[in-house]
Order: sequence, then C-alpha cells, then structure tokens
Amino acid sequence: MRAYKAKDDVQAKAYYTDRFYVSPQVPKQEVDTDAVFSSDLASISAKFEVKESFIQVGQMVVYINAKDIYGVLELMRDSLEYTQLSEMSAIDWLAKDNTFEIFYQMLSMNKRKRIRIKYFIDNGQAVDSVEKLFRCADWSEREMFDMFGIQANNHPFMKRILMPYDWQGHPLLKTYPLEGDEFASWYEVDKIYGKEARETIGPEIRDTARVDRYDSQRFARLGFEVPKGTNITGNEAKNEQNYQEDGGVFLVSKFDKKTSVIVDDPQR
Amino acid sequence: MAQHKVNYTQDGGLPVALTSIDKIVNWGRSNSLWAMTYGLACCGIEMMAAGASRYDFDRFGTIFRASPRQSDVMIVAGTLTKKHSEFIKRLYDQMTEPKWVISMGSCANTGGMFNTYATVQGVDRVIPVDLYLPGCAPRPETLQYGVMLLQKKIRANSANKSQKPKRLM
Repeated sequence: MRAYKAKDDVQAKAYYTDRFYVSPQVPKQEVDTDAVFSSDLASISAKFEVKESFIQVGQMVVYINAKDIYGVLELMRDSLEYTQLSEMSAIDWLAKDNTFEIFYQMLSMNKRKRIRIKYFIDNGQAVDSVEKLFRCADWSEREMFDMFGIQANNHPFMKRILMPYDWQGHPLLKTYPLEGDEFASWYEVDKIYGKEARETIGPEIRDTARVDRYDSQRFARLGFEVPKGTNITGNEAKNEQNYQEDGGVFLVSKFDKKTSVIVDDPQR
Repeated sequence: MAQHKVNYTQDGGLPVALTSIDKIVNWGRSNSLWAMTYGLACCGIEMMAAGASRYDFDRFGTIFRASPRQSDVMIVAGTLTKKHSEFIKRLYDQMTEPKWVISMGSCANTGGMFNTYATVQGVDRVIPVDLYLPGCAPRPETLQYGVMLLQKKIRANSANKSQKPKRLM
C-alpha cells in the first residue's frame, strides 16, 4: 500500500506530482528527413516564427507563438491542404512551470500526413478561438474551457459543455481530486434540497464494499430482514423466502411444481 | 411445460369472487406496474431485454411508458451523473402517487465503479428507493424477480389513502 499522506489542502497543491512517472521520451527525427514535412515547415516559417520542430512517430510537431495560432491554422487549411482539425485540447503543466500546453492535431487527407501545432500559455491567459476556421473547434474549445478553465477569445458561446453551468472547478486540472472537492461532493444535495439537507442525507459513502449488518437503514441481512430503521440485536427471526404468496393472489394461481414437468430435451 | 387449466365451473358456476378492498386495489396496482423508460446507461440494455419478447415484461402487466405522468414505477437503470440528478428528481416528482423506485445495478445503487466527482454515489441520495438490484449489469431475470418482489411488497402494504407518500426529507 501507498504511505498515507494528509490531503487536507488538496486544492492548493498538486498532489499527483510526487507519484508522477516521467516516461522516457519517444525518439525524435529531424524535419528534413521527410520531404513533405520540410516543405510544409518552410511555408509556415516563412510567415510565422517557429520555435521548435521535429518529427515524432511519423508526425511533425511544430511549436509556435500563442498569438500566431489563427494565422498558422488558416495557412495550413487554405494553402497546405491540412483540411481537418482532428482534435485540440490542453495539457496541464501548472505544477512544473505554471503553464498550459495547447495542441492542435491537423490531418491532411490528400498528403496523408498529420501535423501537431503546439504552444504554451501562462496560467490565466486566454487563447484565440479557431472556431471560424474549423467548426469542430466550437465544442473542443468549450470542453477545454470546461476541463481546464482556459478561455477562448472570439468564441461564439464560451460556456461549459460537459459539466453543469453552475459547476465550480475544472476537473481535468491535475490539482482537482478525482473523487471531487467539497463542492462536487455536495452538488446534488445542495442543488435539489438546499444546504440545510446535508445533515439529513449525509456525506457520500465512497467505500462501495462497506457493509454494516447493524445498520438497518441501508442494509438488509438476507434471510433475517427487519423493517427499515429497526434496532438490530442479533437475535432476529429467520424469514423464509417464498416466491409468491401462499395460494397465489386473485386470478393468479400459485405455481405448483407437482403439476408441471421438467423439459429434458433442450431442443423441445 | 406447465399445463394450465382454468376451471370456469367452480363455485357452482357463479361469476362471483369475494375479496377485500385492499386486496382488489393492490391486485390491480401490482399487476399493472407501468414502468418509466429510464435507461441511463448499459443497464438500460438489460432493461430493454427484459421488456422484449424473450423475457417479456408485458405478461406481468409492466408496460414501459415514455411519460412520468403515466408511470407507477421508475426503474433507474444505469449511472446517474450529478448533472442529471436534478432531472431525476423532477421526473420523480411528476409521477403520480402511489409510485415506486427500483434502483437497478451497481451504479444506481452506490455509484458502482465510478468513484469520481461526476457520479452520484447512489440514487437514494436524490430520491427514495424501494428496491435495490445488485449486478453489473443485472440480468433480465434479476429485474423480473425484482419486479415480482415489488409486486409482493405492494400486496403486503395497505392500499389505504392515508398511506403517506415517501420522501427523502
């Protein structure tokens, strides 16, 4: 088992940092090993500043400045035949150097090539929306806002997409606890019944294997069932399990094993 | 197969049966449990299978309705997310009394394997539940047996009007 550590101020610090496995880097190749990629990179770097570029697993990765993103994607879509934005999102590097890494995965069906455009932004900085270039970025940027809290400028509808509108916190941040913070754990109770219902309903029970045979509110002991809320002493009478009421109910007769036959032939 | 025979000539051919109001009302209620279509996740597939021809819920008088106003029992089949929790409460409130709730599967019972920020850890945090079915997902037989147990519960209780509606708080 992992050693216990207090998680009181879990919102304040990234508690995953100490157990983050830093995987070895996938080998990188120079861009000029691929003719298509090197000509694409030449077209991009002719107009925009390229900070870093390499080929990894057959795909070119290009680091640019955050302010150039709309222009770079427009150039790639209109001139370089990269007509699809496969996906885009962010990577949380807040614990490392207080930045987010934003990536745009581009696909060219004609060239059969993929290029990943990347840049870094500071915490709290907004990105430029590419929704006017690629309609699919509409929902992707909303999801990025929902999960990381990164705003996209010039987006037509910058609202949460997965979590409810009145949610607090951004769940894909590495500082966000998987089981939810205080707000998340009381969300449905607060919203439906109000904060005063917290005591009545009680906190969430996260241990799904928990069984308390003396708790007749939540558990029933098979064969020894008692009405809900009864104090259990341990001397409960055994309840015989019967399938249906003796003699059946009105118009529904009780199934009688003696007057029925067992089918031996599986094909009948 | 079982041989069924209805004797129309018993009791001297009289078309009369004596019973109590409780029994006749509960007979009606328990044998026409109209269920609300509430498949939230993969348990919903098992619920559909229980309703389809192989398992055939219709012979229990359980017919799926698309409206809470026409249904008696809500079978919560699947994972309830926190975003959806207000709607399950609203639909439960729209059902007319008397009403019952079957919590079907691990996710609806306790949140199941979704020990996360976005999943309600058991629908009984939102609405009162009459019957919990274990399983991930429970087989259609389990759901059939659950409906039979619910029928039994309905028959065991008084059909009196003074019976108070259930609520969480």
